[in-house]
Amino acid sequence: MYGFEALTFNIHSGYLEAIVRGHRSGLLTAADYNNLCQCETLDDIKMHLSATEYGPYLQNEPSPLHTTTIVEKCTVKLVDEFNHMLCQATEPLSTFLEYIRYGHMIDNVVLIVTGTLHERDVQELLEKCHPLGMFDSIASLAVAQNMRELYRLVLVDTPLAPYFSECITSEDLDDMNIEIMRNTLYKAYLEDFYRFCQKLGGATAEIMSDLLSFEADRRAVNITINSIGTELTRDDRRKLYSNFGLLYPYGHEELAICEDIDQVRGVMEKYPPYQSIFSKLAYGESQMLDKAFYEEEVKRLCLSFEQQFHYGVFFSYIRLREQEIRNLMWISECVSQNQKTRVHDSVVFIF
Amino acid sequence: MSTMAVVGASSSWSRAMIQISPYTFSAVGIAIAIGVSVLGAAWGIYITGSSLIGAAIKAPRITSKNLISVIFCEAVAIYGVIVAIILQTKLESVPTSKIYAAESLRAGYAIFASGIIVGFANLVCGLCVGIIGSSCALSDAQNSTLFVKILVIEIFGSALGLFGVIVGIIMSAQATWPSKTA
Repeated sequence: MYGFEALTFNIHSGYLEAIVRGHRSGLLTAADYNNLCQCETLDDIKMHLSATEYGPYLQNEPSPLHTTTIVEKCTVKLVDEFNHMLCQATEPLSTFLEYIRYGHMIDNVVLIVTGTLHERDVQELLEKCHPLGMFDSIASLAVAQNMRELYRLVLVDTPLAPYFSECITSEDLDDMNIEIMRNTLYKAYLEDFYRFCQKLGGATAEIMSDLLSFEADRRAVNITINSIGTELTRDDRRKLYSNFGLLYPYGHEELAICEDIDQVRGVMEKYPPYQSIFSKLAYGESQMLDKAFYEEEVKRLCLSFEQQFHYGVFFSYIRLREQEIRNLMWISECVSQNQKTRVHDSVVFIF
Repeated sequence: MSTMAVVGASSSWSRAMIQISPYTFSAVGIAIAIGVSVLGAAWGIYITGSSLIGAAIKAPRITSKNLISVIFCEAVAIYGVIVAIILQTKLESVPTSKIYAAESLRAGYAIFASGIIVGFANLVCGLCVGIIGSSCALSDAQNSTLFVKILVIEIFGSALGLFGVIVGIIMSAQATWPSKTA
């Protein structure tokens, strides 16, 4: 019952909530980012990071560092923390944490299928997969020729199986179809996650529905912008939008017929929460849209920590860590390519 | 029966009520005083304790200060024990002819009421202090200046149990059984 979670939440999840809040205090602050942005080489970055919580993970790396190594080790830290929480969680928190992984599973599946299409080696692709989204039979994805085989051979045993009902066709896999498959799977996953959170009720439902609605709306805008000028029809585009969120259903109607970015802006400015995002961009500019969306997402994720006794903090923490890893990757790339003036283009400060 | 003339009972339910022995009411009152108080204290302690343990992993400095929250919850159980002991000293034997006299019933009801007052006041007090203690531990782990301010909230919360104890003891002072002489 909403309002009375405090009485029984701590029985099963009090310890884990306290742990996740402890991890949150270890996220890098603006001062850390300022230090990192002023580094000259990747070794400087490693030295600064060894004073933070990433220290134990980076200290054994040999000296000519690559940006991919830094990102990989930071991801290992995230995965360790996630697995630690997952083993100690009971139902329904354990199902909730598993849902967080499905998004990464979808990304990994699409990565391997696309890579196979472009004739890359399976082992190389497996190394690029996100560790949170690994599952047992992932390597056999390389064998499938079309979506029906993909489903029948591999995915029917995974938790992604129920999301495939909308996109099983016998067409061969090519770039366009794979993107459509990715977006259809992600749509089904978001709707499933949304329904699960609604079923949990209480503060979790309220906070998660806000975060997931923002995610669904952001994906709708990205799908629209990316499909302007491609051969994706309006109906196909419409089918890729999720069935919840602030933009559902009238915003989706309008987004489906947009043909350029200014029309998208016109649609989004009717919704006050998104108007503030789009007002930061000058007319005709779309490169900063990603960063504006990330900033808004980080703001909402941080707000979810203000309330106690709900599961939203776990979701928020994982997302904030991922944002931090993206920041570190961008800073490392800028430093290693000597483009330090562009560092602040894409770094989103969390605190 | 003399009870009907004395109390003027009319419906069958009220007749049934006044034929329950006052000792039953007293015993149940004492049981509730201690039992429900301890329930409240235990509930509060586990709510605080689980958050405190998890938060202390990253911030070990918070453990000793935040044990105060656990002590406030424990105080709630102690109030229950004290009142239960006071109540049970108020029980006296009365001659059989006077068990259902009006004064005996009054004494029985007074002990029962005192027990319920103390039990439920301590239940909610324990819950209140426990939930605040959990938030206190988590906030202290992030920012140590918050501890004292949240402690003030907890002190107000633990006053609720004290109110219950005071009223309960006043109620139990009325538990005078009829004297042994006819």
